[in-house]
Amino acid sequence: MEHTLKSQAHVADRPRPVKNYINNDPGIWSWMTTVDHKRIGVMYLVGVLSAFLIGGIFALLVRLTLMTPNHMLFGKVLMTAETYNRVFTLHGAIMVFLFIIPSVPAALGNFVLPLMLGAKDVAFPRLNLASFYLWVIGAIMAVMSMIFGAVDTGWTFYTPYSTSTSGTVTLMTMAVFVLGFSSIFTGINFVATVHKLRAPGMGWFEMPLFVWGIYSTAIIQVLATPLLGITLVLLALERVFNIGIFDPKIGGDPVLFQHFFWFYSHPAVYIMILPGMAIISELIPTFSRKTMFGYRAVAYSSVSLALLSFIVWGHHMFVAGQSQLATVIFSALTFLVAIPSGVKMFNWLGTMYKGNISLETPMLYAISFLLLFAIGGLTGIFLGTLSTDVHLTDTYFVVAHFHYVMMGGTVIAFIGGLHYWWPKMTGRMYTEKWAAIGCALVFWGFNQTFLTQFFLGSKGMPRRYYNYLDQFQPLHAFSTYGSWILGAGLFLTAINLLASLRKPYDAPDNPWGGTTLEWQTSSPPITHNFEDQPVLERAPYDYRPEVVSH
Amino acid sequence: MSTSTTDLHSHGGDSHGHGGHDHADPHFQHHFTDMEQQFDTSKIGMWLFLATEVLLFGGLFVGFGLMQARYPQEFLEAHEHLQKPLGALNTIVLLISSYTMVMGVLSAQRSQTKKLVGYLSATIVCACIFLMVKYFEYAHKFEDGLLPGHWYSHKGDLIPNSHGYATFFSFYFMMTGLHGIHILAGIVVLLWILIRAKRGEFSKAYFTPVDLVGLYWHLVDLIWIYLFPLYYLIK
Amino acid sequence: MLPPQGSAYAGEVDTVYMALFWLSVFLFLGIAVPAIYFAWRYRYKPGRVTPHQTHNTLLEIIWSVIPLLLCIGIFFWGLDGWMKYAVAPGEAMEIQVVAKKWLWQFEYPDGSRTVGEVHVPVNKPVRFVMTSEDVLHDFFVPDMRVKHDIIPGRYTQVWFTPTVLGTHHVTCAEYCGKGHSDMQAKLVVENEADYQKFVETGGTEWEDYKMKPAEWGKLQWERKGCSTCHTIDGTRIASGGPSWKGIWGKMEKLNNGQEVLVNADYVRESMMQPSAKVVAGFEPIMPTFQGLLREHEIQGLMAFIKSLGNDPNGGPPAPTVLSLPPKPVDQKK
Ligand code: HEA
Ligand code: HEA
Ligand code: HEC
Ligand code: CUA
Ligand SMILES: [Cu+2]
Repeated sequence: MEHTLKSQAHVADRPRPVKNYINNDPGIWSWMTTVDHKRIGVMYLVGVLSAFLIGGIFALLVRLTLMTPNHMLFGKVLMTAETYNRVFTLHGAIMVFLFIIPSVPAALGNFVLPLMLGAKDVAFPRLNLASFYLWVIGAIMAVMSMIFGAVDTGWTFYTPYSTSTSGTVTLMTMAVFVLGFSSIFTGINFVATVHKLRAPGMGWFEMPLFVWGIYSTAIIQVLATPLLGITLVLLALERVFNIGIFDPKIGGDPVLFQHFFWFYSHPAVYIMILPGMAIISELIPTFSRKTMFGYRAVAYSSVSLALLSFIVWGHHMFVAGQSQLATVIFSALTFLVAIPSGVKMFNWLGTMYKGNISLETPMLYAISFLLLFAIGGLTGIFLGTLSTDVHLTDTYFVVAHFHYVMMGGTVIAFIGGLHYWWPKMTGRMYTEKWAAIGCALVFWGFNQTFLTQFFLGSKGMPRRYYNYLDQFQPLHAFSTYGSWILGAGLFLTAINLLASLRKPYDAPDNPWGGTTLEWQTSSPPITHNFEDQPVLERAPYDYRPEVVSH
Repeated sequence: MSTSTTDLHSHGGDSHGHGGHDHADPHFQHHFTDMEQQFDTSKIGMWLFLATEVLLFGGLFVGFGLMQARYPQEFLEAHEHLQKPLGALNTIVLLISSYTMVMGVLSAQRSQTKKLVGYLSATIVCACIFLMVKYFEYAHKFEDGLLPGHWYSHKGDLIPNSHGYATFFSFYFMMTGLHGIHILAGIVVLLWILIRAKRGEFSKAYFTPVDLVGLYWHLVDLIWIYLFPLYYLIK
Repeated sequence: MLPPQGSAYAGEVDTVYMALFWLSVFLFLGIAVPAIYFAWRYRYKPGRVTPHQTHNTLLEIIWSVIPLLLCIGIFFWGLDGWMKYAVAPGEAMEIQVVAKKWLWQFEYPDGSRTVGEVHVPVNKPVRFVMTSEDVLHDFFVPDMRVKHDIIPGRYTQVWFTPTVLGTHHVTCAEYCGKGHSDMQAKLVVENEADYQKFVETGGTEWEDYKMKPAEWGKLQWERKGCSTCHTIDGTRIASGGPSWKGIWGKMEKLNNGQEVLVNADYVRESMMQPSAKVVAGFEPIMPTFQGLLREHEIQGLMAFIKSLGNDPNGGPPAPTVLSLPPKPVDQKK
């Protein structure tokens, strides 16, 4: 039995097994019926990245339409107001429900989490596959609602607009309902896995921080998503049967819908960011070759963010007609969220301090994350503050805020993590140079697109606007140019990663000198993950030389 | 929790002591270390699932509470239309079914297959009685036009043209309906367990499915225990 | 960075905004500068051994407590401003707002209305009481730094004291469908005299009816309450007045046995002193509208009644073009 954490040199010496999880049991059918968490993770990865691509194309269309006030391109009007409303709705809904929520947990988490725990699989492998198929069904339903009609409600589905507009809103809400159950299943699976399938010797505080982050996320997925489910069912019933719970015309309360919606969707933003932070907590110690500074503080901050996320939903409704007392309380509670977020930021910096930092692509993404999430988080403070939120809410300031945290935070972390685990998942190394150039383009393009939007919003440009005052034109155009650079960076990145797949296996088992268990197995791993049950003897991120070269 | 996991794996003389024996069990899944771990894991999974169920209904309870605060008079009046005796009868039926379910699980743990089959059948019968009673109640509501939202057509309420009555019945049908669907799902899984029990699949070595279905059934009963006073006994 | 300030309150909000802005710049640099500096200063050297620093409780406390204190401060500062936004002074003038897809309707204290344009006197608190006829909308005035959602079936409100003369922008900030981004209105802040003049004209609505006095009159018939007693189709409302259909140019029998020609003079008198000549078969229950009708409204009503007349060639003339008071001075800067 293997007892030690290996250094990079040791592992590279080991011969690569001929059979791995990819080529072990070839054929489409064996993939489609697999219960192997790694294969499910890879299928999820393909799925969420396709969703990202579609959502991203819609985003570029949104930006293209807003480039000029008359929406002209080559002498033609690009799209009408109705089309525009559908496009941004689909952009938001696809990005949130099909892409970002399942992105890190279901794709990377599925692949990496059991490996990190030294487990053979997740607790409920068949449930895992069911979760994936629910995602597929949800995705198909969402796409059908696009093709056979349209949804123009915004991703928030606010009543009474959503109950009165025509189109395939019901189908879309049912799609999101199904996707919700996919997310719940993933959550249940991960909580049970973390509780029960840790490697011998791995106590709670010997778990990698990625596991802590995914665990906290899973708790939110389990506890918050049912509320979204019931809300969407109510919405569908309202549309189909006129049951009158949200419709003011028959005695309902439209603001009640918003409470229900945000009771899920605020926690959902932590479903999005916690896994991102979890990735960063892996990248920074690994590429700084230094013990994680404040391990426990970071672990606890994940859990406290998860818990706090349940009590701040009202900050989306400061001007929506909730009671004034609620408004004040929600504002006060919102600020509490800044503290654990700050704790994480400072501990990451503490980890870099006196490290031995190599700037490979994953670390470039990690540093980008630090800068971008700082901006996104700090602008969240503007929105949590009552008097400034009244001015800024429902403007591009909010749009910029949430793209900084979602795209600049989670997606950047996701792509960083993808580069980090790519050798493990595929057995191939990508071209470092192009990956770094891609990262730089993304960083530049992203800031040009969205930093601009803070200024637009502060000046009073409302969101979900097809037409705008001429005074906003220069900033809109500038933002659109940025989105092209951003898109170019992402396409370059995607091509670079895909190109690596044409090579033979060339990745070492532990290319970055990582300390967590997934680096102990071969790249790509064998079907049962480890030759022997790994036993953890010391905490992760221990870079003391006497430990590493044991 | 963490220590027990470690214990399970330690190869010394541990208290659980199933060892290689487990691997003979056809229900053993290879990614677990032993049956004990497999059982505990399933149980955690079930509890998490129940948590999602509680929240699913929780949302509706909150919605009901908010609407009741909006239309207190109407809600009070509307609940008079519900048939308390039938509601009470159903409560008793479900309580009995909870008892038979407990006994079923106990029988499984004691490898008493015959008893298990009997108790499971009794539970299913109770569930069916419950649904039948519910059917009569619903039929009565339909006749009187006591229906959700804009379908509401009952005449002669104290506050004319108030939407509160319809809202009450929106929630009534939604919550009891969702609960009914859960009973229905319960019947299906109980039947499945019953068939497997008849085949003699359960014994003290392996009774996980019975145990989990039992947990589910208790939750469904518990939700009714809250629904009953909420709707039938409003003050 | 921010729109022009249209009120003292806007200035207060901006102070908080700018304070947050500089605090954020400071905190951002506090993260960015070390991150980049460490990446360069501790860049990779093969074989370098890193210290085994697991944690530092004191640091942990410092970087939790300082942000916490900052946050408490910011919260109260924001609360302070918001209280002013949330509580309107009792003496505020009230304007009713009805939002619908996709236009704004304003009604002033005297009952005049405008669409797509609202006039308010400078330096006086004004409160907008708002409701919606269809879906959610949101009344957003960037220059005043206020906005609030408008909810069907409910009344919400927003208030401010405009201090800057000129035209400000009102825009819908809650998604409401196709015309969401076109749901705009002008907020005209003018001095007291101009505002009075504006109210005198009854808003700008008549401009739309300038060429069609009869339509304007029909609107008044609905709005001023004539329609509660007078029909226009010849039927009679119980305990109401005579129908207006076909009365213009006709000899009306009065209850004192005399007859009177229904012409401009008589109609005007009927509105101002209804009891002077009471139509036979009716009670003198019509209230006087003295002071309640503006000149152009009276003219419009006459034109409307005439348009219902039975005598196309005979009868005395009714106004064909409304004579209106001068338009208020446009104060666009
Ligand atoms: C990944 C998703 C994500 C994350 C992590 C966050 C994080 C935060 N968000 Fe954001 N938010 C969204 C996604 C997210 N948000 C989305 C999608 C919307 C809009 C939805 C819609 O309407 O369509 C939204 C909208 C939104 C609103 C409503 C705006 C409105 O519509 O009026 C508010 C208001 O309070 C808010 C606040 C915050 C705060 C305080 C944080 C905090 O968690 C941030 C904490 C982090 C920091 C503060 C930075 C690091 C800390 C330090 C450096 C320590 C020192 C700091 C201080 C002393 C302040 N967000
Ligand atoms: C995860 C969430 C997410 C992400 C990543 C993005 C990404 C982007 N968003 Fe989006 N956005 C939302 C969530 C997100 N958005 C939401 C929730 C709304 C609100 C909707 C509403 O109001 O209802 C919104 C609204 C929104 C608006 C406002 C519309 C309006 O209010 O009228 C705008 C305008 O500029 C915009 C632009 C963009 C742009 C340019 C990107 C770019 O970053 C996109 C870049 C991506 C690509 C160009 C695709 C490239 C991908 C590949 C090539 C495949 C990938 C593979 C690898 C890299 C490995 N978004
Ligand atoms: C409370 C009911 C009531 C209202 C409101 C009312 N009227 Fe009358 N009106 C009467 C009655 C009754 C008569 C007949 C008795 C009379 O001549 O005074 C009458 C008579 C008249 C006549 C004379 C009709 C004829 O056949 O000679 C005119 C013109 C008239 N009203 C105009 C108006 C206008 C214009 C308004 C609205 C601005 C108005 N009324 C509102 C009750 C009302
Ligand atoms: Cu009205 Cu948007
Ligand atoms: Cu939020």
